[in-house]
Amino acid sequence: MRVVDEYRDPAAARVAVEQIEALAAGLVPDGERLKFMEVCGGHTHTIYKHGIENVLPESVELVHGPGCPVCVIPMGRVDDAIAVAETPGVIFTSFGDMMRVPGGDGNLLEAKARGADVRMVYSPLDALKIAEANPDRQVVFFAVGFETTAPSTAVTLMKAKERNVRNFSVFCNHVTIVPPLKAILESPDLRLDGFLGPGHVSTVIGNRPYRFVPGVYKKPLVTAGFEPLDILQSIVMLLRQLRDGRCEVENQYTRAVHDEGNPRALEILAEVFELRPHFEWRGLGFISQSALKLNDDFSDWDAELRFDVPGVRVADPKACQCGEVLKGVIKPWECKVFGTACTPETPIGTCMVSSEGACAAYYNYGRFTRAQTIPVKSA
Amino acid sequence: MTDGDDHEGGASEDRPSEHGASEDHGHDGDFSREDVVLERIEAFRRRRPRLKDDFINSAHGAGGKASAALIDAVFVEAFRNETLEAMSDGAVLPLPSGDRIAFSTDSFVVKPRRFPGGSIGDLAVNGTVNDISMMGASPSWISAAFVIEDGFSIDELREIVADMATAATKAGVQIVTGDTKVVNKGAADGVYINTAGVGVVPAGVNLTAKSVKPGDKVLISGYIGDHGVSVMIARGDLGLDSDIPSDTAPLNELVEKLLAAAPNTRFLRDPTRGGVATVCNELAREAEVAVVLQESSLPIRGVVNGACEILGIDPLYVANEGKLLAIVPAEETDAALAALRAHPLGEAAAVIGEIRDDPPGIVVLNTGFGGNRIVDMLVGDPLPRIC
Repeated sequence: MRVVDEYRDPAAARVAVEQIEALAAGLVPDGERLKFMEVCGGHTHTIYKHGIENVLPESVELVHGPGCPVCVIPMGRVDDAIAVAETPGVIFTSFGDMMRVPGGDGNLLEAKARGADVRMVYSPLDALKIAEANPDRQVVFFAVGFETTAPSTAVTLMKAKERNVRNFSVFCNHVTIVPPLKAILESPDLRLDGFLGPGHVSTVIGNRPYRFVPGVYKKPLVTAGFEPLDILQSIVMLLRQLRDGRCEVENQYTRAVHDEGNPRALEILAEVFELRPHFEWRGLGFISQSALKLNDDFSDWDAELRFDVPGVRVADPKACQCGEVLKGVIKPWECKVFGTACTPETPIGTCMVSSEGACAAYYNYGRFTRAQTIPVKSA
Repeated sequence: MTDGDDHEGGASEDRPSEHGASEDHGHDGDFSREDVVLERIEAFRRRRPRLKDDFINSAHGAGGKASAALIDAVFVEAFRNETLEAMSDGAVLPLPSGDRIAFSTDSFVVKPRRFPGGSIGDLAVNGTVNDISMMGASPSWISAAFVIEDGFSIDELREIVADMATAATKAGVQIVTGDTKVVNKGAADGVYINTAGVGVVPAGVNLTAKSVKPGDKVLISGYIGDHGVSVMIARGDLGLDSDIPSDTAPLNELVEKLLAAAPNTRFLRDPTRGGVATVCNELAREAEVAVVLQESSLPIRGVVNGACEILGIDPLYVANEGKLLAIVPAEETDAALAALRAHPLGEAAAVIGEIRDDPPGIVVLNTGFGGNRIVDMLVGDPLPRIC
């Protein structure tokens, strides 16, 4: 993994951390913090995997955003998935990390244990292969993810149509990144100073869709890569914008992201999907035009039309304060149900579902982080 | 005997961190409510995992928190006795003669049954040989029981059994008793194998988690994650071409060499299901110590790292079938490392971390990047991430 190692060099990291410390010191008085949100779950993963939070000075805090695609799926949709999976004759296929996400009544692994034929796949094309190999069974793919994974679902659907694979369908839960970002920015109690923009999503949609972030909401955004040095460098770029009084969309991940994105992928998305009028996000509630559904040309492959999907909404418990945690208004431990009704074993809200969610991370690592991290600074 | 010395060594090493911790307290002040929340979580985490499920699912067999909860609530609850409650890879039992024997059993259901570097037959022999070796015992005899699905190919059965015979010869054990059952088509997936074994524990050898002390070093006998990644690739659903051979191998000889060179070795475990991370977590909990691992010291093959990177799986949780993790007192570390490296199965052995007293029950990884993170127990199997 030599390609990766150069983005994980500890010496380069120290230089970046010193830059961050010096820049932040010029921007906030002692004891106060700048808060930046990393929008994407992939960034959160990097931050935990490499322990980035505890190399950062106290003056900079990272807030973990809504970009974990499995965590934002509301409970009612998981229940729908389970209902389809338990329909006799169905082979239900799903990405691995969706298997343990709880609905109102259990998760897909439990459905599998009860006898449903639930299979883990690594790509929607694998699901299509299963359909072709089992012509007497109905094969359903549980499509989740942002614009990053949506093109592969779209390509699979185009192939299914081309080859006329009639026993294949897609339960579509693809979501788009801009509307939840807007929802967070709209909130009057927002406490964020800037954003690390999602890297993988931006390889598809480009940097232009984020212009409203500095334009309308006056917050800087830097599209960031997924290696630890990418994250640190992006923080440096955000701090420099603040220092210079600039507020714009910048691209740190130039090795993968182009301003115009990937036009071919965008075409494919437009060919297969249309926007849903509204979609529910776990912890954030209903957000209009924030998700994709199959358009009329592909309705024959739409699992929601083919199967009897209950479609019952399971409300997030009232006490759940994921929205406020996501907006940086409260800390995970300040939530009313944190650590009591809501734990990693029995999660209520999106922030507790994935091990990378802000609350799950705090639940698992919080005590340790506080006890061990502070004396990193040189005197 | 040497207990006092070890303690002193550990304590003096830990002083700087204690000092650091007391400095932190000065920063606090308005954190008291947060402290209350943290304390409550801490108390909750210390409780053994509780079984809340009504039905078995695959997580219960994955060796993580769900397995621990099931074993605790169902098996230990019903069979309760002191030997079982030690929750080791095998039982150490006293004979009237004063000798002690190690006794262990394991079942093998791997799919695919054949993968680069081995087969279910190799695993069935090596798995039990290794469980007994980890008690410090030299295994001599094992049993083999087969549950076979109606319609299973006798040719394939012959191949598997031939692998078992070869593995037994290599390990120097005899397969001395067995059992065969055939079940209806669909009631089993091909063939399942159970093996059990016994071996004599040499006098003076007493490997337990409780004997582990701050200051001890953590050693691994070679590259981690080979077996798990080999099987994942052999399943063929990753679309990866590279062939990583499984590391399946009998460890009894390696253990013998290690114990000869480092007679005060505290604890041995083969990090199979759940990988190095799970073994370290079990150790940290049982011994009430912190296990601190250095990411930059972990021996991981480039291909294994690459495959894990693509899948979003942490190699620390990936299974090994021919590696041992040893906790050795600091003063015997060099001798232990040299002994491991002198053996063909331990060429890539490395010191990957050390035992500290704080924070107890926790496994910490100092990342190559200069940060650190907690390496927790998983609930079930590691699930690939999509993004």
